[in-house]
Amino acid sequence: MAKKRVILIFPAALTEEALVYKLVRDYQLAINILRAKITPGEEGRLVMEISNSTEKAIERGLDYLRSHGVLVEELGHEIRIDQDSCIDCGACTGVCLSDALSISAPDWKLKFDKEKCILCELCVSACPTRSIKVVF
Amino acid sequence: MKTIAQINERIKKGEAVVLTADEVVEFAEKNGVEAVAKEVDVVTTATFGAMCSSGAFLNFGHADPPIRMTKILLNDVPAYGGLAAVDTYIGATECSLSEGIKYGGAHVIEDLVAGKPIKLEATSPGTDCYPRREITTYLTLDSINQAYLYNPRNAYQNYSCAVNTSDKVIHTYMGTLLPRMGNATYATSGQLSPLLNDPYYRTIGMGTRIFLGGGIGYVAWEGTQHNPLANRTENGVPTAGAGTMAVIGNLRGMSTEFLRAATFTNYGTTLYVGIGVPIPVLDEEMARFVCVRDEEIVTNVYDYSVGRRSRPSLAQVNYKELRSGQIEIQGKKIRTAPLSSLAKAQKIADLLKGWIVDGKFTLTEPIMGLPKSRVNTPLDIIGPDEIPVEEEEEIG
Repeated sequence: MAKKRVILIFPAALTEEALVYKLVRDYQLAINILRAKITPGEEGRLVMEISNSTEKAIERGLDYLRSHGVLVEELGHEIRIDQDSCIDCGACTGVCLSDALSISAPDWKLKFDKEKCILCELCVSACPTRSIKVVF
Repeated sequence: MKTIAQINERIKKGEAVVLTADEVVEFAEKNGVEAVAKEVDVVTTATFGAMCSSGAFLNFGHADPPIRMTKILLNDVPAYGGLAAVDTYIGATECSLSEGIKYGGAHVIEDLVAGKPIKLEATSPGTDCYPRREITTYLTLDSINQAYLYNPRNAYQNYSCAVNTSDKVIHTYMGTLLPRMGNATYATSGQLSPLLNDPYYRTIGMGTRIFLGGGIGYVAWEGTQHNPLANRTENGVPTAGAGTMAVIGNLRGMSTEFLRAATFTNYGTTLYVGIGVPIPVLDEEMARFVCVRDEEIVTNVYDYSVGRRSRPSLAQVNYKELRSGQIEIQGKKIRTAPLSSLAKAQKIADLLKGWIVDGKFTLTEPIMGLPKSRVNTPLDIIGPDEIPVEEEEEIG
Protein backbone atom coordinates (compact mmCIF):
# COMPACT_ATOMS: atom_id res chain seq x y z
CA MET A 1 0.00 0.00 0.00
CA ALA A 2 1.37 3.40 -1.01
CA LYS A 3 0.72 6.34 1.28
CA LYS A 4 1.34 10.03 1.12
CA ARG A 5 0.57 12.93 3.43
CA VAL A 6 -0.10 16.21 1.70
CA ILE A 7 -1.33 19.73 2.32
CA LEU A 8 -3.77 20.94 -0.30
CA ILE A 9 -4.20 24.67 -0.66
CA PHE A 10 -7.35 25.59 -2.51
CA PRO A 11 -7.68 29.08 -4.01
CA ALA A 12 -10.84 30.89 -2.88
CA ALA A 13 -12.65 30.17 -6.15
CA LEU A 14 -12.21 26.42 -5.72
CA THR A 15 -13.43 25.92 -2.17
CA GLU A 16 -16.90 25.01 -3.32
CA GLU A 17 -15.81 22.42 -5.88
CA ALA A 18 -16.18 18.73 -4.99
CA LEU A 19 -12.58 17.91 -5.88
CA VAL A 20 -11.99 15.47 -3.05
CA TYR A 21 -15.06 13.52 -4.02
CA LYS A 22 -13.57 13.11 -7.51
CA LEU A 23 -10.29 11.89 -6.04
CA VAL A 24 -12.22 9.10 -4.43
CA ARG A 25 -14.60 8.27 -7.25
CA ASP A 26 -12.49 8.77 -10.37
CA TYR A 27 -9.01 8.07 -9.03
CA GLN A 28 -9.89 5.35 -6.48
CA LEU A 29 -7.86 6.96 -3.74
CA ALA A 30 -8.56 6.27 -0.10
CA ILE A 31 -8.36 9.55 1.72
CA ASN A 32 -8.14 10.37 5.37
CA ILE A 33 -8.63 14.05 6.17
CA LEU A 34 -6.40 14.99 9.08
CA ARG A 35 -7.15 18.69 9.27
CA ALA A 36 -9.34 21.04 7.29
CA LYS A 37 -9.94 24.74 7.20
CA ILE A 38 -12.41 25.72 4.54
CA THR A 39 -14.32 28.96 4.60
CA PRO A 40 -16.36 29.82 1.50
CA GLY A 41 -14.82 32.75 -0.31
CA GLU A 42 -11.42 32.28 1.33
CA GLU A 43 -8.39 30.13 0.63
CA GLY A 44 -8.95 26.61 1.95
CA ARG A 45 -6.49 24.15 3.44
CA LEU A 46 -6.77 20.40 3.72
CA VAL A 47 -4.23 18.15 5.35
CA MET A 48 -4.77 14.56 4.34
CA GLU A 49 -3.33 11.15 3.98
CA ILE A 50 -3.90 9.52 0.60
CA SER A 51 -3.45 5.85 -0.06
CA ASN A 52 -3.78 3.48 -2.97
CA SER A 53 -2.07 0.27 -4.05
CA THR A 54 0.37 2.22 -6.21
CA GLU A 55 2.23 5.49 -5.97
CA LYS A 56 1.40 6.13 -9.61
CA ALA A 57 -2.31 6.22 -8.84
CA ILE A 58 -1.70 8.75 -6.07
CA GLU A 59 0.35 10.93 -8.42
CA ARG A 60 -2.40 10.83 -11.07
CA GLY A 61 -4.87 12.07 -8.47
CA LEU A 62 -2.56 14.82 -7.33
CA ASP A 63 -1.94 15.86 -10.95
CA TYR A 64 -5.68 16.16 -11.40
CA LEU A 65 -5.82 18.53 -8.39
CA ARG A 66 -2.90 20.57 -9.68
CA SER A 67 -4.58 20.91 -13.07
CA HIS A 68 -7.47 22.58 -11.27
CA GLY A 69 -5.24 25.10 -9.55
CA VAL A 70 -4.81 23.35 -6.21
CA LEU A 71 -1.40 23.82 -4.67
CA VAL A 72 -0.09 20.45 -3.49
CA GLU A 73 2.59 20.41 -0.83
CA GLU A 74 4.15 17.33 0.66
CA LEU A 75 3.75 17.16 4.38
CA GLY A 76 7.34 17.39 5.49
CA HIS A 77 6.82 17.99 9.19
CA GLU A 78 6.15 15.64 12.01
CA ILE A 79 5.99 15.52 15.77
CA ARG A 80 9.15 14.41 17.50
CA ILE A 81 9.56 13.59 21.18
CA ASP A 82 12.86 14.19 22.92
CA GLN A 83 13.18 10.98 24.92
CA ASP A 84 15.92 12.44 27.10
CA SER A 85 13.86 15.30 28.40
CA CYS A 86 10.44 13.58 28.44
CA ILE A 87 9.47 12.70 32.02
CA ASP A 88 6.54 10.44 31.06
CA CYS A 89 4.06 12.65 32.91
CA GLY A 90 1.33 12.05 30.34
CA ALA A 91 0.07 15.65 30.15
CA CYS A 92 0.23 15.50 26.33
CA THR A 93 -2.08 12.49 26.17
CA GLY A 94 -4.93 14.60 27.52
CA VAL A 95 -5.03 16.74 24.38
CA CYS A 96 -4.25 14.02 21.85
CA LEU A 97 -7.69 13.32 20.43
CA SER A 98 -6.36 10.91 17.79
CA ASP A 99 -4.75 8.73 20.51
CA ALA A 100 -1.35 8.91 18.84
CA LEU A 101 0.10 9.71 22.26
CA SER A 102 -0.83 7.28 24.98
CA ILE A 103 0.26 6.30 28.46
CA SER A 104 -1.02 3.36 30.46
CA ALA A 105 -0.33 0.52 32.88
CA PRO A 106 1.86 -1.21 33.73
CA ASP A 107 4.96 0.82 32.84
CA TRP A 108 3.33 4.25 32.35
CA LYS A 109 5.85 5.22 29.69
CA LEU A 110 4.69 7.58 26.97
CA LYS A 111 4.04 5.88 23.64
CA PHE A 112 3.77 7.67 20.30
CA ASP A 113 2.12 6.10 17.27
CA LYS A 114 3.16 8.30 14.37
CA GLU A 115 0.59 6.72 12.06
CA LYS A 116 -2.25 8.06 14.20
CA CYS A 117 -0.86 11.59 14.52
CA ILE A 118 -2.97 14.19 12.74
CA LEU A 119 -0.45 16.97 13.38
CA CYS A 120 -2.84 19.14 15.35
CA GLU A 121 0.17 20.20 17.44
CA LEU A 122 -1.89 20.63 20.62
CA CYS A 123 0.64 18.46 22.46
CA VAL A 124 3.48 20.89 21.76
CA SER A 125 2.22 23.53 24.17
CA ALA A 126 0.69 20.97 26.54
CA CYS A 127 4.09 19.41 27.28
CA PRO A 128 5.43 20.82 30.56
CA THR A 129 9.05 19.98 29.79
CA ARG A 130 8.85 21.23 26.20
CA SER A 131 9.96 17.84 24.95
CA ILE A 132 7.66 17.76 21.91
CA LYS A 133 8.77 19.59 18.80
CA VAL A 134 7.51 19.95 15.27
CA VAL A 135 10.36 19.04 12.95
CA PHE A 136 10.52 19.67 9.21
CA MET B 1 3.93 -4.43 66.92
CA LYS B 2 7.32 -3.20 65.75
CA THR B 3 9.29 -0.09 66.57
CA ILE B 4 11.31 2.00 64.17
CA ALA B 5 14.43 1.05 66.15
CA GLN B 6 13.66 -2.65 65.64
CA ILE B 7 13.09 -2.11 61.94
CA ASN B 8 16.41 -0.24 61.69
CA GLU B 9 18.17 -3.19 63.36
CA ARG B 10 16.70 -5.48 60.71
CA ILE B 11 17.78 -3.06 57.96
CA LYS B 12 21.34 -3.05 59.31
CA LYS B 13 21.40 -6.86 59.43
CA GLY B 14 20.06 -7.02 55.89
CA GLU B 15 16.92 -8.79 57.10
CA ALA B 16 14.30 -6.11 56.54
CA VAL B 17 11.39 -6.95 54.25
CA VAL B 18 10.76 -3.93 52.06
CA LEU B 19 8.01 -3.62 49.45
CA THR B 20 6.86 -0.71 47.32
CA ALA B 21 3.32 0.60 47.88
CA ASP B 22 2.31 -1.13 44.63
CA GLU B 23 3.88 -4.45 45.64
CA VAL B 24 2.29 -4.44 49.10
CA VAL B 25 -1.16 -4.24 47.51
CA GLU B 26 -0.45 -7.45 45.59
CA PHE B 27 1.09 -9.04 48.68
CA ALA B 28 -2.03 -8.23 50.72
CA GLU B 29 -4.33 -9.62 48.02
CA LYS B 30 -2.52 -12.95 48.23
CA ASN B 31 -1.70 -13.14 51.94
CA GLY B 32 -4.02 -10.75 53.73
CA VAL B 33 -3.39 -7.57 55.72
CA GLU B 34 -2.40 -9.52 58.88
CA ALA B 35 0.50 -11.02 56.95
CA VAL B 36 1.57 -7.54 55.88
CA ALA B 37 1.65 -6.45 59.54
CA LYS B 38 3.65 -9.52 60.50
CA GLU B 39 6.06 -9.91 57.62
CA VAL B 40 6.62 -6.51 56.02
CA ASP B 41 8.86 -3.94 57.70
CA VAL B 42 8.84 -0.99 55.34
CA VAL B 43 6.71 0.17 52.41
CA THR B 44 8.21 2.71 50.02
CA THR B 45 5.94 5.38 48.56
CA ALA B 46 6.74 7.98 45.92
CA THR B 47 5.55 10.78 43.73
CA PHE B 48 7.00 12.84 40.89
CA GLY B 49 4.85 15.86 40.24
CA ALA B 50 4.86 19.57 39.53
CA MET B 51 5.28 21.35 42.84
CA CYS B 52 5.23 25.12 42.50
CA SER B 53 6.02 25.81 46.13
CA SER B 54 9.65 24.82 45.71
CA GLY B 55 12.94 26.65 45.71
CA ALA B 56 16.49 26.71 46.97
CA PHE B 57 18.57 28.66 49.47
CA LEU B 58 22.02 29.56 48.17
CA ASN B 59 25.06 31.20 49.71
CA PHE B 60 27.51 32.56 47.15
CA GLY B 61 30.49 33.41 49.35
CA HIS B 62 32.01 36.91 49.50
CA ALA B 63 33.69 38.83 46.69
CA ASP B 64 36.55 41.23 47.33
CA PRO B 65 35.65 43.98 48.04
CA PRO B 66 32.43 42.49 49.38
CA ILE B 67 28.88 43.34 48.36
CA ARG B 68 25.62 43.23 50.28
CA MET B 69 23.42 42.07 47.42
CA THR B 70 19.96 43.61 47.33
CA LYS B 71 18.92 42.95 43.73
CA ILE B 72 19.97 39.52 42.50
CA LEU B 73 19.61 37.83 39.11
CA LEU B 74 20.51 34.23 38.34
CA ASN B 75 20.52 33.63 34.58
CA ASP B 76 18.30 36.74 34.44
CA VAL B 77 15.79 35.28 36.91
CA PRO B 78 15.25 37.46 40.01
CA ALA B 79 16.20 35.85 43.31
CA TYR B 80 15.29 37.17 46.75
CA GLY B 81 17.53 40.00 47.98
CA GLY B 82 16.11 40.42 51.46
CA LEU B 83 18.45 38.09 53.33
CA ALA B 84 22.04 38.61 54.52
CA ALA B 85 24.71 39.91 52.13
CA VAL B 86 25.28 36.86 49.95
CA ASP B 87 22.35 34.63 50.86
CA THR B 88 19.38 34.23 48.56
CA TYR B 89 16.32 32.14 47.88
CA ILE B 90 15.46 31.26 44.30
CA GLY B 91 11.82 30.29 43.87
CA ALA B 92 10.68 27.81 41.20
CA THR B 93 7.98 30.04 39.72
CA GLU B 94 10.03 33.24 39.36
CA CYS B 95 10.34 34.07 35.63
CA SER B 96 13.28 35.27 33.57
CA LEU B 97 13.21 39.02 32.87
CA SER B 98 14.14 38.42 29.23
CA GLU B 99 12.55 35.05 28.45
CA GLY B 100 9.42 35.14 30.58
CA ILE B 101 7.89 31.77 31.44
CA LYS B 102 10.19 29.88 29.07
CA TYR B 103 12.88 29.96 31.78
CA GLY B 104 12.36 30.41 35.48
CA GLY B 105 13.70 29.71 38.93
CA ALA B 106 12.95 26.01 38.43
CA HIS B 107 15.24 26.02 35.39
CA VAL B 108 18.00 27.74 37.38
CA ILE B 109 17.72 24.97 39.99
CA GLU B 110 17.76 22.25 37.32
CA ASP B 111 20.79 23.86 35.63
CA LEU B 112 22.58 24.08 38.98
CA VAL B 113 21.95 20.38 39.60
CA ALA B 114 23.10 19.62 36.04
CA GLY B 115 26.42 21.29 36.90
CA LYS B 116 25.98 24.10 34.37
CA PRO B 117 27.50 27.54 35.00
CA ILE B 118 24.97 30.12 36.20
CA LYS B 119 25.38 33.85 35.61
CA LEU B 120 25.04 35.90 38.78
CA GLU B 121 24.36 39.63 38.53
CA ALA B 122 23.74 41.65 41.65
CA THR B 123 23.60 45.26 42.73
CA SER B 124 23.67 47.06 46.03
CA PRO B 125 23.46 50.65 47.30
CA GLY B 126 26.86 50.01 48.94
CA THR B 127 27.55 50.34 52.67
CA ASP B 128 30.61 51.18 54.75
CA CYS B 129 31.24 47.50 55.41
CA TYR B 130 30.10 46.26 51.98
CA PRO B 131 31.42 48.91 49.57
CA ARG B 132 30.90 47.03 46.27
CA ARG B 133 27.84 48.19 44.34
CA GLU B 134 27.65 45.67 41.53
CA ILE B 135 28.95 42.30 40.52
CA THR B 136 28.72 40.02 37.50
CA THR B 137 30.20 36.56 37.76
CA TYR B 138 29.55 32.88 37.12
CA LEU B 139 29.02 30.09 39.62
CA THR B 140 28.25 26.41 39.71
CA LEU B 141 26.73 24.12 42.30
CA ASP B 142 30.24 23.11 43.37
CA SER B 143 31.63 26.63 43.58
CA ILE B 144 29.15 28.03 46.11
CA ASN B 145 28.97 27.38 49.85
CA GLN B 146 25.48 26.10 50.47
CA ALA B 147 22.75 25.10 48.05
CA TYR B 148 19.78 23.35 49.52
CA LEU B 149 16.30 22.81 48.33
CA TYR B 150 13.67 24.06 50.74
CA ASN B 151 10.17 23.47 49.44
CA PRO B 152 7.44 24.98 51.63
CA ARG B 153 4.68 22.78 50.20
CA ASN B 154 5.17 19.44 48.48
CA ALA B 155 3.51 16.07 48.07
CA TYR B 156 -0.11 17.08 48.52
CA GLN B 157 -2.16 14.33 50.08
CA ASN B 158 -4.62 13.81 47.24
CA TYR B 159 -5.52 16.50 44.70
CA SER B 160 -8.42 17.54 42.49
CA CYS B 161 -9.24 16.21 39.06
CA ALA B 162 -9.66 19.10 36.61
CA VAL B 163 -12.11 19.64 33.76
CA ASN B 164 -13.25 22.65 31.74
CA THR B 165 -16.95 23.14 31.01
CA SER B 166 -16.48 26.39 29.09
CA ASP B 167 -16.43 26.74 25.30
CA LYS B 168 -12.76 27.68 25.14
CA VAL B 169 -9.48 25.83 25.62
CA ILE B 170 -7.96 26.90 28.93
CA HIS B 171 -4.35 26.54 30.03
CA THR B 172 -3.96 25.87 33.73
CA TYR B 173 -1.51 24.43 36.23
CA MET B 174 -3.55 21.27 35.68
CA GLY B 175 -2.48 21.30 32.03
CA THR B 176 -4.37 22.13 28.84
CA LEU B 177 -8.08 21.59 29.43
CA LEU B 178 -10.21 21.12 26.35
CA PRO B 179 -13.64 22.80 26.09
CA ARG B 180 -16.93 21.11 27.03
CA MET B 181 -15.15 18.61 29.28
CA GLY B 182 -13.01 17.33 26.39
CA ASN B 183 -10.53 15.91 28.89
CA ALA B 184 -9.82 15.55 32.59
CA THR B 185 -6.43 15.73 34.28
CA TYR B 186 -5.30 14.46 37.66
CA ALA B 187 -2.12 14.84 39.62
CA THR B 188 -1.27 12.35 42.32
CA SER B 189 0.39 8.96 42.14
CA GLY B 190 -2.62 7.36 43.87
CA GLN B 191 -1.85 4.23 45.86
CA LEU B 192 1.87 4.97 45.51
CA SER B 193 1.58 8.51 46.93
CA PRO B 194 3.33 9.14 50.29
CA LEU B 195 0.68 10.84 52.43
CA LEU B 196 -2.11 8.63 51.07
CA ASN B 197 -0.30 5.66 52.67
CA ASP B 198 -0.12 7.30 56.09
CA PRO B 199 -3.40 9.21 56.08
CA TYR B 200 -3.23 10.36 59.72
CA TYR B 201 0.53 11.12 59.70
CA ARG B 202 1.39 8.47 62.27
CA THR B 203 4.92 7.96 60.93
CA ILE B 204 5.62 10.98 58.73
CA GLY B 205 6.63 14.14 60.56
CA MET B 206 9.39 16.65 61.11
CA GLY B 207 12.72 14.93 60.69
CA THR B 208 11.51 12.01 58.57
CA ARG B 209 14.33 11.08 56.21
CA ILE B 210 13.16 10.86 52.60
CA PHE B 211 14.29 10.48 49.01
CA LEU B 212 14.35 14.00 47.58
CA GLY B 213 15.22 14.83 43.99
CA GLY B 214 17.50 11.84 43.68
CA GLY B 215 19.33 12.54 46.95
CA ILE B 216 18.54 12.50 50.63
CA GLY B 217 16.16 14.97 52.19
CA TYR B 218 14.07 15.46 55.29
CA VAL B 219 10.57 16.55 56.15
CA ALA B 220 11.21 19.98 57.64
CA TRP B 221 7.79 21.10 58.79
CA GLU B 222 4.13 20.80 57.96
CA GLY B 223 3.67 22.09 54.42
CA THR B 224 1.89 25.39 53.83
CA GLN B 225 -1.88 25.01 53.47
CA HIS B 226 -1.62 21.73 55.43
CA ASN B 227 -5.28 20.88 55.89
CA PRO B 228 -5.70 17.68 57.92
CA LEU B 229 -9.39 18.34 58.56
CA ALA B 230 -10.38 17.91 54.90
CA ASN B 231 -13.24 15.48 54.21
CA ARG B 232 -12.23 11.85 54.42
CA THR B 233 -13.78 8.56 53.38
CA GLU B 234 -14.30 5.73 55.90
CA ASN B 235 -10.79 4.40 55.34
CA GLY B 236 -9.35 7.76 56.40
CA VAL B 237 -8.30 8.84 52.93
CA PRO B 238 -9.01 12.53 52.27
CA THR B 239 -11.10 13.30 49.20
CA ALA B 240 -9.28 16.57 48.52
CA GLY B 241 -5.85 18.10 48.92
CA ALA B 242 -5.33 17.66 52.68
CA GLY B 243 -1.93 17.16 54.30
CA THR B 244 1.22 18.66 52.81
CA MET B 245 4.84 18.71 53.85
CA ALA B 246 7.75 21.11 53.69
CA VAL B 247 10.94 19.33 52.66
CA ILE B 248 14.62 20.15 52.75
CA GLY B 249 17.68 18.56 51.20
CA ASN B 250 21.13 19.24 49.82
CA LEU B 251 21.03 20.07 46.10
CA ARG B 252 24.40 18.37 45.83
CA GLY B 253 23.59 14.73 45.41
CA MET B 254 20.35 15.40 43.59
CA SER B 255 19.91 14.61 39.91
CA THR B 256 18.02 16.14 37.01
CA GLU B 257 16.37 12.77 36.56
CA PHE B 258 14.30 13.53 39.66
CA LEU B 259 14.29 17.32 39.73
CA ARG B 260 13.03 18.89 36.53
CA ALA B 261 11.94 22.35 35.47
CA ALA B 262 8.71 22.75 33.54
CA THR B 263 6.58 25.41 31.93
CA PHE B 264 2.81 25.30 31.90
CA THR B 265 1.55 27.34 28.95
CA ASN B 266 -0.07 30.67 29.89
CA TYR B 267 0.62 29.83 33.53
CA GLY B 268 4.29 29.81 34.38
CA THR B 269 7.26 27.77 35.45
CA THR B 270 7.29 25.07 38.08
CA LEU B 271 9.50 22.31 39.38
CA TYR B 272 8.82 18.59 39.07
CA VAL B 273 10.08 17.13 42.33
CA GLY B 274 10.69 13.46 42.99
CA ILE B 275 9.87 12.45 46.55
CA GLY B 276 10.03 9.02 48.13
CA VAL B 277 8.92 8.34 51.69
CA PRO B 278 9.55 5.08 53.57
CA ILE B 279 6.67 4.03 55.79
CA PRO B 280 7.34 1.67 58.68
CA VAL B 281 4.68 -1.01 59.09
CA LEU B 282 4.46 -0.67 62.88
CA ASP B 283 1.22 -2.55 63.44
CA GLU B 284 -1.98 -3.74 61.81
CA GLU B 285 -3.37 -0.24 61.47
CA MET B 286 -0.30 0.90 59.49
CA ALA B 287 -0.52 -2.33 57.47
CA ARG B 288 -4.09 -1.46 56.57
CA PHE B 289 -3.06 2.08 55.59
CA VAL B 290 -0.21 1.02 53.30
CA CYS B 291 -2.47 -1.50 51.55
CA VAL B 292 -4.70 1.30 50.23
CA ARG B 293 -5.64 0.70 46.59
CA ASP B 294 -6.36 3.14 43.76
CA GLU B 295 -10.05 2.20 43.80
CA GLU B 296 -10.29 3.25 47.47
CA ILE B 297 -8.84 6.69 46.84
CA VAL B 298 -11.51 9.15 45.78
CA THR B 299 -11.12 12.69 44.54
CA ASN B 300 -13.42 15.46 43.38
CA VAL B 301 -13.73 16.67 39.80
CA TYR B 302 -13.65 20.45 39.60
CA ASP B 303 -14.47 22.86 36.82
CA TYR B 304 -11.31 24.90 36.30
CA SER B 305 -13.08 27.36 33.98
CA VAL B 306 -14.62 28.84 37.14
CA GLY B 307 -12.11 31.44 38.27
CA ARG B 308 -13.22 31.46 41.90
CA ARG B 309 -11.77 30.14 45.16
CA SER B 310 -14.56 27.61 45.53
CA ARG B 311 -15.33 25.70 42.41
CA PRO B 312 -18.32 23.40 42.19
CA SER B 313 -17.52 19.69 42.49
CA LEU B 314 -19.01 17.97 39.45
CA ALA B 315 -18.45 14.40 40.57
CA GLN B 316 -16.34 12.06 42.66
CA VAL B 317 -14.08 9.56 40.94
CA ASN B 318 -11.49 7.11 42.18
CA TYR B 319 -7.95 6.64 40.94
CA LYS B 320 -8.66 3.27 39.35
CA GLU B 321 -11.18 5.02 37.12
CA LEU B 322 -8.78 7.89 36.44
CA ARG B 323 -5.99 5.46 35.60
CA SER B 324 -8.21 3.55 33.16
CA GLY B 325 -7.98 6.49 30.74
CA GLN B 326 -11.67 7.35 30.86
CA ILE B 327 -14.21 8.59 33.39
CA GLU B 328 -17.88 9.31 33.03
CA ILE B 329 -19.41 12.58 34.22
CA GLN B 330 -23.03 13.53 33.63
CA GLY B 331 -23.30 10.68 31.12
CA LYS B 332 -20.35 11.92 29.11
CA LYS B 333 -17.25 9.78 28.61
CA ILE B 334 -14.15 11.87 29.20
CA ARG B 335 -10.53 11.01 28.44
CA THR B 336 -8.23 11.30 31.44
CA ALA B 337 -4.56 12.17 31.56
CA PRO B 338 -2.09 12.19 34.43
CA LEU B 339 0.16 15.18 35.11
CA SER B 340 2.54 13.57 37.54
CA SER B 341 4.78 10.84 36.20
CA LEU B 342 3.86 7.43 37.53
CA ALA B 343 6.82 5.89 35.68
CA LYS B 344 9.18 8.10 37.69
CA ALA B 345 7.26 7.51 40.92
CA GLN B 346 7.58 3.74 40.42
CA LYS B 347 11.29 4.18 39.79
CA ILE B 348 11.72 6.26 42.98
CA ALA B 349 9.82 3.70 45.08
CA ASP B 350 12.08 0.98 43.64
CA LEU B 351 15.27 2.97 44.21
CA LEU B 352 14.36 3.81 47.81
CA LYS B 353 13.50 0.16 48.40
CA GLY B 354 16.93 -0.77 47.07
CA TRP B 355 18.67 1.72 49.36
CA ILE B 356 16.88 0.29 52.40
CA VAL B 357 17.45 -3.35 51.41
CA ASP B 358 21.15 -2.57 50.91
CA GLY B 359 21.32 -1.03 54.39
CA LYS B 360 22.23 2.41 53.00
CA PHE B 361 19.09 4.13 54.23
CA THR B 362 17.56 3.74 57.68
CA LEU B 363 14.32 5.15 58.99
CA THR B 364 13.99 8.06 61.38
CA GLU B 365 11.60 8.63 64.22
CA PRO B 366 9.76 11.90 63.53
CA ILE B 367 10.70 14.60 66.03
CA MET B 368 7.19 16.00 65.89
CA GLY B 369 4.20 14.73 63.95
CA LEU B 370 2.47 16.74 61.23
CA PRO B 371 -0.50 18.52 62.85
CA LYS B 372 -3.68 16.46 62.85
CA SER B 373 -6.05 19.30 63.54
CA ARG B 374 -5.36 22.59 61.92
CA VAL B 375 -7.84 24.74 60.08
CA ASN B 376 -6.79 26.05 56.69
CA THR B 377 -8.12 29.60 56.43
CA PRO B 378 -8.92 31.57 53.29
CA LEU B 379 -7.80 35.17 52.70
CA ASP B 380 -10.60 37.68 53.08
CA ILE B 381 -10.40 41.19 51.74
CA ILE B 382 -11.04 43.38 54.79
CA GLY B 383 -10.07 46.62 56.48
CA PRO B 384 -7.81 46.93 59.56
CA ASP B 385 -10.78 47.13 61.95
CA GLU B 386 -12.45 44.01 60.53
CA ILE B 387 -9.84 41.46 61.63
CA PRO B 388 -11.70 38.56 63.30
CA VAL B 389 -10.97 37.92 66.97
CA GLU B 390 -8.97 34.71 67.30
CA GLU B 391 -10.32 31.87 69.35
CA GLU B 392 -8.11 30.35 71.98
CA GLU B 393 -5.53 28.14 70.39
CA GLU B 394 -5.04 24.57 71.35
CA ILE B 395 -1.58 23.78 72.62
CA GLY B 396 -0.01 20.59 71.34
